[in-house]
Amino acid sequence: MNFEEHAAKALLQAAGIPVPRGRVARSAGEAEAVASELGVPVVVKAQVPTGKRGRAGGIRAADDPRSAREAAGAILGMEIAGHRVEALLVEERALIAEEYYAAVLGDAASKGPLVMFSSEGGMDVEEVAASTPDRLRRKPVDILDGFSLKAAHEMLGGLGLGGNEGPAAEILVALYRAWRDNDAELIEINPLARLTDGRLVALDCKFVLDDSSVRRQEALADAGSAEPLTALEARGKALGLRYIELDGDIGVLGNGAGLTMTTMDVIAHHGGRPANFLEIGGAAYTKAVPALELVLDNPRVRCLLVNFCGAFARTDVMTAGALDALEALRPSVPVIFSVHGTGSAEARAMLRERLGVIPHKTMDEAIIAAIAAARGASASR
Amino acid sequence: MIVRGADRVLVQGITGKQGTYWTERMQAYGTRIVAGVNPKKAGTEHCGVPVFATAGDAMSEAGFDVSVLFVPPLGVKAAAQDAIEAGCRRLVILTEHVPVQDVMELLSMAGANGAVVVGPNTAGLVTPGECFVGFMPAFEGDIFRPGRVGVVSRSGSLGTLACLNLVQAGFGQSAFIGIGGDPIVGTTTRDALQVLDADERTDAVVVIGEIGGTMEEDAADYARDMSKPVVAFIAGRVSPPGKKMGHAGAIVTGDRGTYASKHAALEAAGVEVLDTPSGVARALRAALG
Repeated sequence: MNFEEHAAKALLQAAGIPVPRGRVARSAGEAEAVASELGVPVVVKAQVPTGKRGRAGGIRAADDPRSAREAAGAILGMEIAGHRVEALLVEERALIAEEYYAAVLGDAASKGPLVMFSSEGGMDVEEVAASTPDRLRRKPVDILDGFSLKAAHEMLGGLGLGGNEGPAAEILVALYRAWRDNDAELIEINPLARLTDGRLVALDCKFVLDDSSVRRQEALADAGSAEPLTALEARGKALGLRYIELDGDIGVLGNGAGLTMTTMDVIAHHGGRPANFLEIGGAAYTKAVPALELVLDNPRVRCLLVNFCGAFARTDVMTAGALDALEALRPSVPVIFSVHGTGSAEARAMLRERLGVIPHKTMDEAIIAAIAAARGASASR
Repeated sequence: MIVRGADRVLVQGITGKQGTYWTERMQAYGTRIVAGVNPKKAGTEHCGVPVFATAGDAMSEAGFDVSVLFVPPLGVKAAAQDAIEAGCRRLVILTEHVPVQDVMELLSMAGANGAVVVGPNTAGLVTPGECFVGFMPAFEGDIFRPGRVGVVSRSGSLGTLACLNLVQAGFGQSAFIGIGGDPIVGTTTRDALQVLDADERTDAVVVIGEIGGTMEEDAADYARDMSKPVVAFIAGRVSPPGKKMGHAGAIVTGDRGTYASKHAALEAAGVEVLDTPSGVARALRAALG
């Protein structure tokens, strides 16, 4: 779960990391009021949980309250990467001498936390890694030992921070603490600025809460941002189903993340276009009825492809659910099945008896048939 | 990790609905289940084996080599710690949605004690003709058959499909290693590749990866120097960026975790990457000559 900048900065502040003075505004008038309260030149920043806000025109400087009002008026209501801007962060403008980068994240290679720091900040960390690799320090941490001030100092040695090693090391330790206490997947300060008066301040912050920790971080999760969802996606979410709407015409119901992604890939490989991603593997394998309703309620769907390959998810249970849904809904579009794995003998017998259908022998055959059926269905319309 | 028929297996969470269903299937296939754990049902018997309060009790009373965890997400860390402290050196964690920092803690504990972890969020391991642990359809003869191809997969469902394709093409498997769909797992693609490289019963390896993270790139680095042929399929080529595709680990963020990066790294290492899973068997046949 992503957090907007102001919510992420609140976590930094709680951890003792300096951030610019500022406040959230939800209207142009409020932005003007915050700017005059601050009494200094400000920046007005769109609050949406995505990067590239600057490039999209979502961040503007304003020298006085009047121009803060104008900037706010221009930014509010903008659409940035699918998010409508409804809130702004108005904060004092920093006089930047240098920009650094600091982050803590989970690292698959070392199977634990990784602390990162670069004396080149303000751009994507991938860019930093590519252009100035010698300035990027990476320190894998044993989570049971934690990250000490001494380790932070060792990490920063030789970067030439001009006497700022002390405060930077303290910020890294505080950042690690914030990552740990808040069940973060990622916490990133970019840039961490050295101001002309010498202070280090976090000018922007990204915080991602581990989705698997939401149930034990409920209060924190309330401050997070919901993903922008279509109506069908929101319905899926309410049902506990991962449904992602796409722009094709073949409705997909699969089980398991890998198989369902592959179903989409192979549809595309053979020249078709999937209408959605929806998988009912894992604990969701008993939810075939509401899942199928969701797929069929997308008006672009011209053919339904059901692709089950059961491991944990039993194909007999999923197929029974799919058949219940089909009998109740009686969809006008053709339905194609591919069924293999746990419980497939029972599932195939059920399909033959209740629907008079024999599933395709291979997934590729089923997909090619589905593409042809979708084309036939749109041609006959 | 490869499990063998002689390995004694403990089931933590044996009395639950899934624990029971899959314990019965493992037993029917030949897996040597010796005991189960459920603190509330200690002293009883379930699926014909004794149930203990802790893995520690199970170790001293029954003894076991491998523990498989059917435990809810927030209980996984404590259950794994119990098993590791009991002296267990091989753990298979099936649970999905375990908090990532709990995973890191238990992996650190495992590492300090010389224990190997597969998972979390894995469908398990199969050694066809001998045994399986987890929830894989090992017992379906059209999917698993003893043979000489090792399979590594992040996904259970897609791994199952790949195994089906292999059997349809006349191959069998030496071992199936499901590594799990989480971003941080105990056994990475590279780790599993290393195990199969060293396994005398394995002649070639199929890697089933997916978008997200850099495990496939890392595995490519190892595959480059392997003498056994490796072929791969990577799921998620047309998945939209920025969305978690069912697995917590399957997400493209910016330039990270893309299909293109994995494809390029594997091909550069001499690993053929197929456009559909059904192409895997053909590529294997060509590679094996």
